[in-house]
Amino acid sequence: MDTARIESIIDSHDGEASSLIQILLDIQNELHWLPAEALQLVSERLQVPMSRIQHTATFYKAFSLVPKGRHEINICMGTACHVRGAPRVLEVVQNITGIQPGETDPDMKFSLDTVNCLGCCALGPVMEIDEQHLGKLVPDTAAEVLKKYE
Amino acid sequence: MSNVSLQIDGKAVSAKEGMTLLEAARGAGISIPTVCYHEKLEPFGGCRLCVVEVEAGGRKSLVAACTHPVQQDQTVNTRSKQIDGIRKVLTEQLLAYAPESEVLQALAREYKADKDRFPREPSFCILCGLCVRYCAEVKQKYAVGFVDRGPSREISFVPELAATECWDCKQCFPLCPTSALQAAFVLTRSLRASPSPARPALNKQVETAPVPE
Repeated sequence: MDTARIESIIDSHDGEASSLIQILLDIQNELHWLPAEALQLVSERLQVPMSRIQHTATFYKAFSLVPKGRHEINICMGTACHVRGAPRVLEVVQNITGIQPGETDPDMKFSLDTVNCLGCCALGPVMEIDEQHLGKLVPDTAAEVLKKYE
Repeated sequence: MSNVSLQIDGKAVSAKEGMTLLEAARGAGISIPTVCYHEKLEPFGGCRLCVVEVEAGGRKSLVAACTHPVQQDQTVNTRSKQIDGIRKVLTEQLLAYAPESEVLQALAREYKADKDRFPREPSFCILCGLCVRYCAEVKQKYAVGFVDRGPSREISFVPELAATECWDCKQCFPLCPTSALQAAFVLTRSLRASPSPARPALNKQVETAPVPE
């Protein structure tokens, strides 16, 4: 783990305990997960007890305590996407990546998750890859899109 | 600090400003049941068993006595059909998680709660937070905390801290109304001894996972 990178993230928030969530989000963006060593460092620098960091890091779905793949796929399973065929998109994505929601493939290429609403129901079914939204998906286009990622 | 006078169960009670209804009532010898309350800790308002009826300015409302501050000329009722009903259901719900808890069984007898009303989900923890708050507020060690949220919320020791602090302390054990804590503690210890995939968070399991490129 790159301690200097974590240190600079903490410094950019002036080591304020009230910035805990922002700091954890920055580390999550940088490393795609929150390693125990990084949390230990945050705890020491911010003088925030480890139990509180554990509490926060397990509370929000944005944080992961296990390594995530290079590309994070979120498939919307909200009501609108569901009736417009999200289960079929999910099935195709599962077949291509070989992983179930909540898992990461052994090459660390993809992490797959389902979410309950991405807030753009008119575009359903929606899939999000690396924060890029893809709307009005059919299973075939979803399969095409996945080929572009390395 | 000025004094406040109020009525609890028809009895004139005088209390200091800033006190809670629970403190005022107990000071006057009126008992209100609690589970998550501890006199050394900040009020938590988690179990809601201390629910009482407050009448002020002609309006009645149900409040948690452990967090509600006393006010001048309040009228407080600690027992009524409605309150007993609420406490009965709360006890029944808690009993689904900890059917063997003596504290809860005593409450069940008092409020005629049916321990089998709700399907059992024995996690043996009712999330009263006594151990978490005692460790943080009194011992200031923060060795135990909550993890996760909603239905999967539970208590968890920080293994590194637990290994150094907890063996000689264990003061949170007798506080636990369900004896869930001991189980959790033993669980943490066994997790440390043999890393298992059950809770990959913060144990050695994550270090063996491949590192992202």
